[in-house]
Amino acid sequence: MVVLRRNFGKFFSSRLVGPLLYLVAFGWGLGRNIQINGGNYLEFIVPGIIALGAMNTSFNAVGVNLNISRLYYKTMDEYLIAPISAAAFVSGKVLAGSVRGLIDALVILALAFLFGARLAVNGWFLLVVLLTCLVFSGLGVVAAMVVNSHEDMANFSTFVILPMSFLCGTFFLPDSLPKVFGLIINVLPLTHASYLLRAIASGHGIIPLSLAVLAGYALLLFAAGVATVRTVR
Amino acid sequence: MAFFRQVWGGDGQIIKISQLTKDYGSIQAVAGLDLEIDRGEIFGLLGPNGAGKTTTFRMLTMLTKPSGGSASINGYGVTGDLLKVKKVIGVVPQHMNLDQELTARENLELHGRLHKMPGEQRRQRIDELLAYVELAGRAHDLAGKFSGGMKRRLMIARALMHRPGILFLDEPTAGLDPQARRNIWDLIRRMNSEGMTVLLTTHYIEEAEALCHRVGIMDHGRLIALGTPAELKKKVGEVVVEALNHGDNEYRFFAGREQALQYAGSSANNVVIREANLEDVFVELTGRKVGD
Repeated sequence: MVVLRRNFGKFFSSRLVGPLLYLVAFGWGLGRNIQINGGNYLEFIVPGIIALGAMNTSFNAVGVNLNISRLYYKTMDEYLIAPISAAAFVSGKVLAGSVRGLIDALVILALAFLFGARLAVNGWFLLVVLLTCLVFSGLGVVAAMVVNSHEDMANFSTFVILPMSFLCGTFFLPDSLPKVFGLIINVLPLTHASYLLRAIASGHGIIPLSLAVLAGYALLLFAAGVATVRTVR
Repeated sequence: MAFFRQVWGGDGQIIKISQLTKDYGSIQAVAGLDLEIDRGEIFGLLGPNGAGKTTTFRMLTMLTKPSGGSASINGYGVTGDLLKVKKVIGVVPQHMNLDQELTARENLELHGRLHKMPGEQRRQRIDELLAYVELAGRAHDLAGKFSGGMKRRLMIARALMHRPGILFLDEPTAGLDPQARRNIWDLIRRMNSEGMTVLLTTHYIEEAEALCHRVGIMDHGRLIALGTPAELKKKVGEVVVEALNHGDNEYRFFAGREQALQYAGSSANNVVIREANLEDVFVELTGRKVGD
């Protein structure tokens, strides 16, 4: 299992360059807009964008890649034929996705500092980013196993990932929305990720309930990932 | 030096398949297959597309779960402790599933790591195998840039990395040009002469005839004939008289040339007299051609 993890890190490192460059460009463009909006909003929005970036990158890195690998290239067969357990396979994929998500988050963070955002980044902050990556890499594995075409994979993103991007406390607080929306939004993992990151960044410390919810999602989705890999045969 | 370590000693059948079944909804892809594969032979599953060959292949290589029946490889069931069986079989799937973004060497490296081979042993084995499949000069080229035949040879090398005791090949020459196909045949024969048991599927008649010691003909998920190519041909008659009748040809089979000639002489149509092949066996057994 350790071998597998190391292996993934090594082999996927070459592929990190692409998203990294893309994110630098994306970050610069986005950064300029934020500056126009004023300093306070910048410090509000950066934790949300970090949560969002961690989610998108981790999910896409695992979900889209693995779906194509399973259905089109069939490279997943190579792993299914190999004498490794489903848990080792999912660990490798989730960690590989999380590495990308973390790098993504760090790039956004670096850019935010360049634009003058004052954020309190500590170990808790990084832990929450990591948890977010684990959650959405896990979701990526589940989606890649359950969804049976590339088109439906795009639909999955549109119906699940895209709404979360906008609604889960990333760009605004959902307090102003009707109550039903508020309830649904409070169940979603990304809401807790952006709340946590914002609280830590502004020096208010962690929210234990949100941390527990995120960790719970991470464990649940990992287990679901292992179960779906087992039944994909 | 024996290139392929004899993983399993002993005699008897290396694969035992009993009443193996796979249902997809109401469709039965494999319908109660019984089959035994001997040690050291090249065995070919022959049949048209959709006959159930690949489903059988996927069940034996543990990529698909059987709906019923059982199969064992050297005594290990394919529904039991999968990790144990996976360690001792080599699999070359039909689909080119090399990692295109990795070099030839890295593809083998990855496979070695997945099988937890120690570093030194891994490097040595990669050098050996790249030379064996005549790709030593291309070790550092991306697999995505290889020709079809080279990709197939690399896939075979990959399947041999962990020194399996049996090699499974699904349509090993599908889509290859005649030259590349002969190279793969030579490679399979060479491996077999050095002790490797080979099970392959094919829908090419000539591949089954040229390469396989024994052939099982599949149709609609069932085994409809089993034997050496010579035995199978003997069963229908070794000489064929094909009466040409505007695309709807009639076939008559005879044990010897003389009877065939006699019949041909009495026929009102244009006729072709030739030796029987496995396609004739298939036609005789099913009333259809392999391509139909």
